[in-house]
Amino acid sequence: MAERPEDLNLPNAVITRIIKEALPDGVNISKEARSAISRAASVFVLYATSCANNFAMKGKRKTLNASDVLSAMEEMEFQRFITPLKEALEAYRREQKGKKEASEQKKKDKDRKTDSEEQDKTRDEDNDEDEERLEEEEQNEEEEVDN
Amino acid sequence: MAEVVVGRDKCGEQRLVSLPLSRIRVIMKSSPEVSSINQEALVLTAKATELFVQHLATYSYRHGRGKEAKALTYNDLSSAAEESETFQFLADILPKKILASKYLKMLKEKDEEDEEKDDDGESDDDEAES
Repeated sequence: MAERPEDLNLPNAVITRIIKEALPDGVNISKEARSAISRAASVFVLYATSCANNFAMKGKRKTLNASDVLSAMEEMEFQRFITPLKEALEAYRREQKGKKEASEQKKKDKDRKTDSEEQDKTRDEDNDEDEERLEEEEQNEEEEVDN
Repeated sequence: MAEVVVGRDKCGEQRLVSLPLSRIRVIMKSSPEVSSINQEALVLTAKATELFVQHLATYSYRHGRGKEAKALTYNDLSSAAEESETFQFLADILPKKILASKYLKMLKEKDEEDEEKDDDGESDDDEAES
């Protein structure tokens, strides 16, 4: 949860890198411009969330899903983002399917600094249920929230 | 959720999103009406935010005045918010900078306008009273 106002800021270093990548080489970005873009990005997130939430509510769903976000982009007149976002979504789904093992491993390493082989096996079994995973995730997400 | 710290993805593979998902989630959750967000929606919002940052930066730079100086300034951004319809929602947080003297002049002009209106109103009242 956001406890301090700065929790609603995005990391400046990452924002700056994204700006630099988008602009031609050697363009100077003033400090003021950086922080303005960073603020704009936070507002964008809120605006997108609010729009997406409207679509979820229309669909009588409690949980925001990918299609809500895509609809929100259209509503916000950011149609130009839809194709790259769909590509990103596909890439994400592929990644979840293919690299689940690796990412789970990473996550686990972080969660608890132990990595016994037994746990690996249980994770592997989980992978068989990949297809059901996306729906499951939605539920998990809700559970996380309730807690 | 523990996110991989950005910049640690040096192991060749390009990460899908470079903004920290945990932070994006906190911002999304700060909206009171939102109850829960699934992972795909979170990833898409993060990605959309990246695209947005790129778009805002390139649009402001291309339409801005700093192009000759090879610089992106605050004014370029606030002009974008003012001129472009898609960036309109940013107008409040990217107000145009103006000189204090100009602002005072604007205030004065506005006061005068208001006074004129008030005068009209008063004269109406006067008429009604008499």
